[in-house]
This record gives sequence, structure tokens and C-alpha cells, in this order.
Amino acid sequence: MSAISEPQAEGFRLSQLIYDTRYRSITIQTVALILIVAGVWWLVSNTIQNLEALGRDFDFGFLGQPAGYDINQLLIEYDSQSTHGRAAVVGILNTLLVAFIGCITATVIGTIAGVLRLSKNWIVARLVAVYVEGFRNVPLLLWIVLIFAIVSESTPHPRDFAGGEASMLFNSIAITRQGTWTPAPVWGDGSLALVIIFILSIVAIIGFRMFARRRQEATGEILPVLWISLGLLILPSLIAYFILGGPVTLDYPETGRFRFEGGLLVRNSLIALWLALSLYTGSFIAENVRGGILAVSGGQTEAASALGLRPGRTMNLVVLPQAMRVIVPPLISQYLNLTKNSSLAIAVGYMDARATLGGITINQTGRELEGMLLLGLFYLIVSLAIASVGNFYNASVKLKER
Amino acid sequence: MKASVFFGAMTVAGLASVAASAATLDDVKARGTLNCGVTTGLAGFSTPDANGVWEGFDVAMCRAVAAAVLGDPTAVEFVPTTASTRFTALASGEVDMLSRVTTWTFSRDVDLKFEFTGTTYYDGQGFIVLRELGVTSAKELSGATVCIRTGTTTELNLAEFFRINNMEYEPVPVETNSEAQQQYLAGACDAYTTDASGLAATRASFENPGDHVILPEIISKEPLGPLVRHGDNDWGDVVRWTVNALLTAEELGVTSANVEQLAADGSDNPEVNRLLGTDSDLGAMLGLESDWAVNAILAGGNYGEIFEANIGESTPIGLARGLNALWTEGGLLYSPPFR
Repeated sequence: MSAISEPQAEGFRLSQLIYDTRYRSITIQTVALILIVAGVWWLVSNTIQNLEALGRDFDFGFLGQPAGYDINQLLIEYDSQSTHGRAAVVGILNTLLVAFIGCITATVIGTIAGVLRLSKNWIVARLVAVYVEGFRNVPLLLWIVLIFAIVSESTPHPRDFAGGEASMLFNSIAITRQGTWTPAPVWGDGSLALVIIFILSIVAIIGFRMFARRRQEATGEILPVLWISLGLLILPSLIAYFILGGPVTLDYPETGRFRFEGGLLVRNSLIALWLALSLYTGSFIAENVRGGILAVSGGQTEAASALGLRPGRTMNLVVLPQAMRVIVPPLISQYLNLTKNSSLAIAVGYMDARATLGGITINQTGRELEGMLLLGLFYLIVSLAIASVGNFYNASVKLKER
Repeated sequence: MKASVFFGAMTVAGLASVAASAATLDDVKARGTLNCGVTTGLAGFSTPDANGVWEGFDVAMCRAVAAAVLGDPTAVEFVPTTASTRFTALASGEVDMLSRVTTWTFSRDVDLKFEFTGTTYYDGQGFIVLRELGVTSAKELSGATVCIRTGTTTELNLAEFFRINNMEYEPVPVETNSEAQQQYLAGACDAYTTDASGLAATRASFENPGDHVILPEIISKEPLGPLVRHGDNDWGDVVRWTVNALLTAEELGVTSANVEQLAADGSDNPEVNRLLGTDSDLGAMLGLESDWAVNAILAGGNYGEIFEANIGESTPIGLARGLNALWTEGGLLYSPPFR
């Protein structure tokens, strides 16, 4: 009897690279890798050749030269004699500012709209549906330009306030077609102490919450966390403010020759960009939230009430933690979108990174390649940072299998 | 899908590299049209009329070059560019020349590797404000909001002017002239600043031009002219000498009305004969036909005719010749001799 013989050990043949499933995927990947490397090499060498043909060099030295132009919205000190590098930082900070406040308001708007769209009230649910579909399905640029046109054409001119044709809200806030002037805080002597006390009270709140949690786990007793936290937040700072003799005063805007002087100016470009980004991204987040809540089965709510949990606690302790697992991953990508979409700022003259580094600096120095690479790098870093923070949070709320 | 996009990008990059390296004059002749970069719309300088045909002072320069090279002033493909896209368009070979109110500066000439082929309009930066503001001098603009086109020399001049005079201002950056116009009229800025010629052109398109006043200060030198890529000297010569031909034609009294007759019959003035190619063949030295200058002048007339037809005192723009008169009449325009 001859047993089933071992398959003959054949030598490796070249055709196996294509027909043998063990090797095929490696072959395909190798070929793809070679093609991609060759393509990238070709693009780079082409760029180098073209730069040489034009007699241009590749140099980041322009970042150290005086910029020569002025920027209206400044978060750090800057004037026209500062360097292009500093102008880029000013723009980057402006981008981060609008992205930060945009993400917060978009989340608030999106959460409220998402919950309201599930409302049993027909009118409310339909109204929110109109908002969501209206904003989701019209390009963002149109919303930015439209909102800018509305805020700048429907409001009075700063000069009208001097002539008495328009008046300020609460005698301190002026909404005009150049922007909104609000009182600005003036930090006098002793305000540092005030800030330190405020930070300390926040630390105290965090400590108290940890204490309350441990106590609840040990004894089952629930402390009124919200009221004590609020009190800790406000009272120490308030008392310190009066003891120190009011170190922080308000600088009210006053009508000047052309417009208001003093006070804090929030420009219409920022308002329009902020509103448009928040409403647009909020409509996407609303759908994420709605999907997240619907993903938690109704049995969970019923089980929670059967255990005697009040509706508020059911939402906080049962539904939301489960819904978050569905909501967070797409929410991160919405934050990324909002940050990248903020580069449409130039449409309303908001001086973000795209407008300073990627716009005026490139124009005045002619360093398109260098400027665009830097700009790309900046958006890449910001996006990766947002994504990693989001992923970290996601890991902390996801289902922990043991 | 990804691969096709990738190879598409490679092809585009490859084409661009070819376009940027070859001799522009041969390219234009082979193509049969001149690609000329103009503004996205500035009344009097370059703007499409009701039928979509481009017209204006800068456009006339493009047509003169096309006529000189190809014998046909309509063989021009006009490419609208903004202040921020113009240099990339020229450097990449998308256009053969720029003729769009661009200021000749050191860094553009030397660092950006362009070649300015002469000055066609001597300009300076000014301010326009509402008459009712009662401002009579730019020195009174401290604290004002100023609309400014990004990516222009005016942006830098503005910063310097306010810095030197120790005044505060708030810049409102805008991309195009029409956007600036809309912002200024809406009251988003108190003043708009750009080249004085541009202000005149912009004011002419307002509903009530009389409500706006152009302040007397001219805060900078803005020599405007056509430019080409650095390093292609033959093509630079063609554009430079076409502009010079228009200037010389005005100086010698050659107009679109009499140029054909002068070319056919010859003239007593040898320089006219040299210019029009009846005596010696300057055209061949440029690599063009001998009647290149005749065609260029026929396209829109000599410099003076182009000026009067597009931006002169009889037009809504209403600019006086001023510095832009010939040197013989007290201006700055001066062409080297045709010899």
C-alpha cells in the first residue's frame, strides 16, 4: 500500500509570484511600492528641475525677513516690521482661535439639534430637520459669505452711533457693520492674585468632585455636587475681587472720528466665519448625535426606569455613555473638517494661517512651494493632534471587554 | 482610482515643465494665439464688454503684442488672474505675458525672476473716501478702517505710510477690486486704497461718483507695465519693443489712421521708415515679420490713441496724461531710438 505521498518539493518558480496566493499579495504590494516611489521621485525631480529652469532656489530664509504688511486681528504683538515667521504665527493663532470656538459651539448646536430632531413635538422636529438639511446640503463658502453679508449690511455704521441714529446695547455693546465692540477688561494691580485665586478654586472643584465620588462609592450618600461646585467657582473670586478693591475694570468703547475707540472689537469676519462654521458643522454633528441616541436600544431606558432611576440619571448614566461610543468617532472627523474648513476665511478677510502665510506672505515673497508646504504641515499637525486627543477620549469611553 | 489621479497629476506636472522651458516666441507662433494674463475686471484697464470681448488699456497692450507676433490682434487668449494668482500663472507658463496693472519692483524683477518690459503707466497709490466724512488729506485718516487688496505692493505702502506718520489704522483685506468696491460701498471700511488710476476707474463705476473724493496724497511710486518670465530674452525683447513701438509711433505722429499709408508710400523721416520696416528690417532681428510694428499700431493705435480710447479724459475714467505724457510734452514716457 502506498500512502498518500507528500507533494513533491518543487523548486520555486517565477510564475508562483502571480499564481500562488501565498506570494501574490507580496508581489502586488512590491510592485505598487516601486511605482509609488518612482512616482514620488519623478515628481520631486521634476520640481527640482523646474525650479532650476526658472533659476529659483528652495529656501525658508524668507521667514526671517520683515513682513511689511499689517494684520487686523492680533492675539500676539505684531507690527509691519515683524518677520514673516511671526506673521505666520499670528495667522496660525487666528486659525486655532476660530477652530476652537467653532468646535465648542458646533458641539452645543449639534447636540441640541440632534436631540430636538428626535422630539415627539412635530413642529420642533420638522424645524430642526429643515435646519439640518439646509445647512448640510449647501456649500459652506456660500454660508460664510451670506452670513457675512447679513451681519455687515443689516447693522448700523459706527458713525451712526455718534449721530444718535443708533444706540448701544446696555450702553456698552455696539453692533456695527465693521464688527461688535464690547467693553474690554483692564487688568490693574492685584489682578494676578485674582487669577491665581480663580485657578485655585477650579483645582478645589476638581478635588471636591473626586472626594464626592469616592464618598458615594463608599457610603452610597450623594452630595449636592453641582451647587457646591458653582459656589466654589464664583464665591472666592467674587470676595477676592472686593477685598482687592476691584483690580479689574472695564474699558468701554467710545465713538471716535471714524469708529469706536477703546473696548474690545470682535470683527464681523470672525463672527461670520465662526457662525457659519458652527452652524454648518453643527448640522452634521446633529445627525451623529441622533444616530448615537437611536443606536441605544429602548430596552436600556426601560431597564433603567425599572430599577428606579430618574429620567435625568437614565440619560446621564445609561443612555449617553453608550451613545458616546457611536457619536465620538464621527465627531472627531467633524472637528477635523471644521478646522480645515476654517481656511475658507479669506473669503471674508479673516486673517488665518491661509491668509497670512499661505496668502500675503507667499505673494510678497514669491515662495509658493515653501509656503504651501509649511501650511500643509501646519494643518497636518493640527489634524493629527485633534485626532489623537479624540482617539484618546474614545479609548476611555469605549466598551471595555474583560 | 487613486492611481489614475496620481498619474493625472504627474502628466499635468510634466506638461507644465515643458511649457516653462521652451522658447516662448516659438510657442506662441506654433500655438497661433497669445496667452495674456489680465485682471479679473478693472474698468478701463481690462474688463470684458457686454459681448464678452476683453477691452481696456492693458488689453490693448496684449493685442498689440499679438498683432506684432501673429499679425492678428484678436489672436489672444485672455486669462483673468487675481493679484495673488498672477505670478504663479506667469512662472508656470500658463500665460506668456502679464499685462495687468503690475508694479515694477526690485524683488519681483530680481527675486521672483520676472522681466519687466518697460513702464506703460506711471501710477501712484491714493485713497478714496466718502465726501461726507469731510476728510481732505490722507494724514487725517488716523483710526480709519482701510480696505486693501492682498498680495499687492499697495498693502506694503499702506503699512509704511501709516507707520511713518505715526497713525493707527485697521486693514480690511480683500481679494479683488469688485470685492473691495462692495465692502467700501457697504461701509465695512472708511477708505479704499489702491493705485490712483484704479481709484478713478472704480469711482467711475459707482452710482454716484460725486459722493466720493480721491484724496490729494499720492503715497508711492507705482510704475505699471507688462512682464514676462526672466531668462527668455528673445521674448522679452519682442514685448519690450512692441511697447516702445507704440510710444515711438506717438512721438513720430504715426497713428492707426495713417500707418498703412505711411508703410506703403514711405516717409521722409528715416526713423518712421525704420519703425515701419520699409527701409531696414528690424522685424527680422526680433524674429518677426517686417511689418510687425505696422500691425501693432493698427491693433489699437499708438500709445496716445490707446490711452485716450480707454482711460483718457473723454472716457468715464477721465485720467489726464500727467506723468504719462511723452517726454517731449513734459511727461516721463521715453522710448529708446529705433536704430
